[in-house]
Amino acid sequence: MSTLVLLTITGLGLGAMYFLIASGLSLIYGLMGVLNFAHGAFLTVGAYATWWLQGVLDGIESTAVSFVLAAALGLLVGAAVAALVELVLIRPLYQRHIEQVLVTVGLALAITALVQGIWGADARVYAVPDWTIDTTEVLGAAIPNDRFVEIATAAVVLIGLQLFLRRTRYGLIVRAGVENRAMVTALGIDVRRAFTLVFAIGGLAAALAGVLSGIYFGSIDPERGTSLLIFAFIVVVIGGLGSIGGSAVAAVVVGLLQQYANYYASSGLGDLSVVLLLAVVLLLRPAGLSGSTATA
Amino acid sequence: MSALLELRDLHVFYGQSHVLQGVSFDVRAGGVTALLGRNGVGKTTTCRAIMGLAEPRGKIALGGHDLTRLPTHRIVRLGIGYVPEDRDVFAGLTVAENLRLAERNGGARYELVYDLFPELRERGRQLAGTLSGGQQQMLTIARALLNENRLLLVDEPTKGLAPLLVTEVAHALERIGELATVLLVEQNLGVVRRVARDVVVLDAGKVVHAGPAGELLSDPARVRGLLGVSGGREVRSIA
Ligand SMILES: Nc1ncnc2c1ncn2[C@@H]1O[C@H](COP(=O)(O)OP(=O)(O)OP(=O)(O)O)[C@@H](O)[C@H]1O
Ligand SMILES: [Mg+2]
Repeated sequence: MSTLVLLTITGLGLGAMYFLIASGLSLIYGLMGVLNFAHGAFLTVGAYATWWLQGVLDGIESTAVSFVLAAALGLLVGAAVAALVELVLIRPLYQRHIEQVLVTVGLALAITALVQGIWGADARVYAVPDWTIDTTEVLGAAIPNDRFVEIATAAVVLIGLQLFLRRTRYGLIVRAGVENRAMVTALGIDVRRAFTLVFAIGGLAAALAGVLSGIYFGSIDPERGTSLLIFAFIVVVIGGLGSIGGSAVAAVVVGLLQQYANYYASSGLGDLSVVLLLAVVLLLRPAGLSGSTATA
Repeated sequence: MSALLELRDLHVFYGQSHVLQGVSFDVRAGGVTALLGRNGVGKTTTCRAIMGLAEPRGKIALGGHDLTRLPTHRIVRLGIGYVPEDRDVFAGLTVAENLRLAERNGGARYELVYDLFPELRERGRQLAGTLSGGQQQMLTIARALLNENRLLLVDEPTKGLAPLLVTEVAHALERIGELATVLLVEQNLGVVRRVARDVVVLDAGKVVHAGPAGELLSDPARVRGLLGVSGGREVRSIA
């Protein structure tokens, strides 16, 4: 029983990070038709910016304060880099999907190499408050506290995104744009502003995933973005392109499946079973769990 | 007589096919100008070109202001409302959200819209995708009417509607024609007779006739020649 609880909460923590990456990917694809392979690079940039800033802020006594402050600034760096990528690289290639994919793939490789060139390939460790490493007992299982941070953060982001999409004018523009971009412009709306905004939001959420991954895995490294991005893409496809709710459900399913399979079957089967799940979902529901077809 | 909208030597290509082959006509300010033609001659393409959605070559000017190089949202903000073909509503948004999306710089004319289409007020919270075809058509027209526009492009608003609804839409078009200049694509000649002052006929990517509506419609042989329909019967179908 306690093992199951540990696996479940750990799987949810993993799913939380997948969701943070997938939500941005899904919005960007749904609205713009851009498969953003540079999304993992936003994660890496945010994670390293946070680590670097914490070094700069080392005059601050409290680890918790310096970490939260560095992370907040790191997220802004992730958002700014993402917005810049949209403005400088994606916008000039509007509607040219192959070129956009090539540019984002190139950018992902370049940023990973750049981070490695500056800070080396070795893993880096955040200074985090001790209680994140401590455990709390839940139903007999000793759960590392950081898992709760990851899950709670993803839940807050999920609610925040839903409020943004349902309650704000830009959210309305994004939802409409996912259905039919051309018609949004035909109502006199400059939909490109929504593109930049969605990239910035996606970059922020990815950076958040990067920071949380530093606590979850105990360190960050230049390849972190790339390795998580693959599963985030699978989550987006399973959840249905353009659907935030679908991504949330799929992220939880993938995170749990990976943990259970790795433990109960054999280590390494987790990844394989995720790929099998993807194949099954694509066969049964080609448009993903949420069932809505994305605008290409 | 002053032209609000001028099209000069407009060409549009879709890949290899040359759809508009030098279209030129004027739309007079005030009232309804009907754009007619057989299926597939390029009426919708003409509307899309005006809206900046079809990469045209040639010149399009609204009140002397060149539109050809502008992005769609800027064209719209010069005062053009668009009612696209096939009731293109945002199916996943509610009726109220569809209207809210269309609001431009305040001053949304909800009173006017709800006065013309009272049903839309009652159905504010319904998803637009679950509206009937006629209700969806009203929503697309309402969206374009919400703002004060100089020109409205209305693409086949009565297509596929039951006769009673056709009459209702025709009535709305009459009132709209009093508020703004309208370029109306319409196959139902009864509606054209009722609302249009001028007509422009396209065939094979070119303008083959332009003139007062009454003059053309009172000549069934000419109508048949240009549109390939028996003018007399269609004209009587809704009167
Ligand atoms: N996106 C497109 N790609 C290729 N061809 C197109 C495209 N859109 C329209 N066409 C072609 O261009 C021609 C003109 O189409 P258009 O929709 O403008 O005609 P229409 O006069 O509005 O016809 P209808 O009365 O049936 O609505 C048609 O032959 C059509 O097949
Ligand atoms: Mg048409």
